[in-house]
Amino acid sequence: MSLAEIQDTPLDETGFGGGQGEVGDYIALLKPRVMSLVIFTAFVGMLIAPGGIHPVLGAVAILCIAIGAGASGALNMWYDADIDAVMSRTKGRPVPAGKVTAQEALVFGLTLSAFSVLVLGLTVNWLAAGLLAFTIFFYAVIYTMWLKRATPQNIVIGGAAGAFPPMIGWAAVTGDISVESVVLFLIIFMWTPPHFWALSLFKRGDYESARIPMLPVVAGEDATRRQILAYSVLLAPVGVAPALLGFASPVYGAIAAVLGVAFVWYAVKVFREREGDAARKAAVQLFKFSLLYLFLVFALLLGDSLFAALFSGGFA
Amino acid sequence: MSDDDGIRLSDDQKRRQRGRSIAIGLALAGLVVLFYVVTLVKMGPGVLDKGMY
Repeated sequence: MSLAEIQDTPLDETGFGGGQGEVGDYIALLKPRVMSLVIFTAFVGMLIAPGGIHPVLGAVAILCIAIGAGASGALNMWYDADIDAVMSRTKGRPVPAGKVTAQEALVFGLTLSAFSVLVLGLTVNWLAAGLLAFTIFFYAVIYTMWLKRATPQNIVIGGAAGAFPPMIGWAAVTGDISVESVVLFLIIFMWTPPHFWALSLFKRGDYESARIPMLPVVAGEDATRRQILAYSVLLAPVGVAPALLGFASPVYGAIAAVLGVAFVWYAVKVFREREGDAARKAAVQLFKFSLLYLFLVFALLLGDSLFAALFSGGFA
Repeated sequence: MSDDDGIRLSDDQKRRQRGRSIAIGLALAGLVVLFYVVTLVKMGPGVLDKGMY
């Protein structure tokens, strides 16, 4: 089914009513893989923040952040069902697959959004809850409804939504926004464009058929390669910033620098290999390395903080 | 009106409905436990020392 056919089909003729979904379909609406990254980065933000939080309240905060992120995923799948149906990567999602109706996804997303924000506010603090509400709004409304279909800079600005979780984790402990939490935000913010543009280089056909103005579709692959390289060069020093600002050790700084150089090296490879299989392979490699990079940077920050806590007799 | 009127669910639909109902029940029970534990944490051990007037 093409995008035009799906968009021209009235809602009551799509051939499925509600009440068909399995529990697993609703879990799929929460985008569990994205959620796992959100949980991890929020947990790191929480653990490296100065001061402490009662473990129970910390666990509740992580749960709320995870559910809030999942809720925004469900709202994304409600709104994007038409384009999800024509992309190979997303056509198996519950709404385009006909297992859950768009309306069910909408109600599920709204309910979980409200609950996650309210519970976080009532049990932890309202700054963290406000940031979570803003993140859900930013992802569902600013990114999904507006930017994604309107501009090739969609994921640059929309990437902010994915960058907020460590800041929310930090705010849950300190009740504050600080330079350190902004740096954690910036690491994910600068990481997002090269990560998704690498994906869009080897999934370009998908975005074209869904008429999403991803950078390779609108500005061409060469412009995308230039921008991937530019953002990678900006990301490398941002990754080292926690050590430069003194909230991570020099050991972290040294490893983050090596990882940053490796990231730029993969981006240079994408920049240079422009034809055929070699070009595709370079984009796939950068995409995979970008996932490893983000995981390692946050894992190192976590390890660094645990190590410091172990040798200073308490959390900083 | 006979029993045949209205929507009749197939066995598979009933199974999925039951699955969803159990999940909602567990989520609600989880919320009850969560609020109970958070209340204890927020009020601290002092919650047991309060006089009953």
